[in-house]
Amino acid sequence: MDVLNFLGRHVISIKDFSREELDFILKVANQMERLYKEGSNLLKGKILATLFFEPSTRTRLSFVSAMYKLDGEVISLSNPEMSSIVKGENLTDTIATVQNYADAIVLRHKLEGSSKFMSEISRVPIINAGSGTKEHPTQAMLDLLTIQNEINGKIDGLKIAIAGDLKYGRTGRSLAYALSNYDVNLYFISPPLLRMQPEVVSDLQKLKVPVQESEDIMPFIKDLDVIYMTRIQKERFPDPAEYEKVKGTYRLSLDMLNDAKDELIIMHPLPRVEEIDYEIDKTKYAKYFKQTYYGVLLRMALLTLILKGDNFDLQ
Amino acid sequence: MERDSYSHQNTEKELRVRKIKDGTVIDHITPGNALNVLKIVGITGKEGMIISIAMNVPSKKAGLKDVVKVENRELDPEQINRIALISPNATINIIRDYEVIAKDKVSLKDQIQDVIKCLNPNCITNGNEPVKSLFRIIQTNPIYIRCEYCDRIMEYDDIVKQF
Repeated sequence: MDVLNFLGRHVISIKDFSREELDFILKVANQMERLYKEGSNLLKGKILATLFFEPSTRTRLSFVSAMYKLDGEVISLSNPEMSSIVKGENLTDTIATVQNYADAIVLRHKLEGSSKFMSEISRVPIINAGSGTKEHPTQAMLDLLTIQNEINGKIDGLKIAIAGDLKYGRTGRSLAYALSNYDVNLYFISPPLLRMQPEVVSDLQKLKVPVQESEDIMPFIKDLDVIYMTRIQKERFPDPAEYEKVKGTYRLSLDMLNDAKDELIIMHPLPRVEEIDYEIDKTKYAKYFKQTYYGVLLRMALLTLILKGDNFDLQ
Repeated sequence: MERDSYSHQNTEKELRVRKIKDGTVIDHITPGNALNVLKIVGITGKEGMIISIAMNVPSKKAGLKDVVKVENRELDPEQINRIALISPNATINIIRDYEVIAKDKVSLKDQIQDVIKCLNPNCITNGNEPVKSLFRIIQTNPIYIRCEYCDRIMEYDDIVKQF
């Protein structure tokens, strides 16, 4: 495989990445395993700014960890009540300033398209850490890495169910687009009110990805290689009684897996609330915590590629 | 260039709006949309030139249509093509000395910037930032556009109600 050059590249949407680019990123991520264990100074002298206008535990800490693993530094602005914002400063001015303090910026902001617009004005790479309700490219990439590593090293040919809140959840949507680059069968499992947006389904169909939508996972469970659970948020339901009705049904319990494939893996972007019974945690199927380890490898790879281009040697 | 003296229209006696000497005629506007067309092109009437509007007049092609005639102004193609958002079948005739010297259908390029707002209140283009709205034209008739920033889809009703 050729070495691709991502120097200075923005990471805004998973849709901006081709199959070849994703495969390359995953390859470099696996090469990061050694550096994760042994230490590295690959990004010495580089500074990452994390701008989180919306809360995050995993994503932010994952980027911070990845940077420190490679001997880089981090400046974190994780308090949404940043004084400059309270004073009325807009995001444009904030980025125009912060780009002078750091070599790359990780951004999570509530406005849709905020990362995209910032990438148009910023001199330094912008990495979208999940802005708005649509995009979470680095999550999708680490999800791909998890699937690839946990099931025989390849994604083509798999049957993957994405379940839960598919309408408002950015992780399910981003993963669907990421998987559209591969030869997979997708199953969208959700309550009718939280179905995947029709334009996403339509995009996937245009790309000839087989998609089935259903309220119930059980008819498919014996054929699935991956179950990706996402949290259903109570606040999405205008009527609390509606939520109570569906709450129980989107919960994975051990007895549901009696006919599941041996190699089935269960994933979740976390935080997990009720969607996966705790008794599944100790089974061989559960990969949702290991996912977070792959997240650090993935972010180590992405940061290296963006900040060093092809000017590094991992041998 | 064809020399067309409105032969496809009714006779002089039946024309509701007289022929203009110089200017622009926007024909085959979706019935009821003439006022929106003027808004989308940015004409308020305060500019001073004579503007004639006929709404819901008979049309051989489409049953009914609106027509707008703007005298002594040859409208810029970039302004004109916006009309395609709400009247995809409209035609533009440039008139000089009572003759049609150019005639074109309105058309949209791949993207349209700044003319309409994104309906998504959570879109960055509706925030406090120096960014113009930008849409990709997915389909022209019926109109189907997608915000380049937030992916929100907008159709005819979403566009028309902005005017």
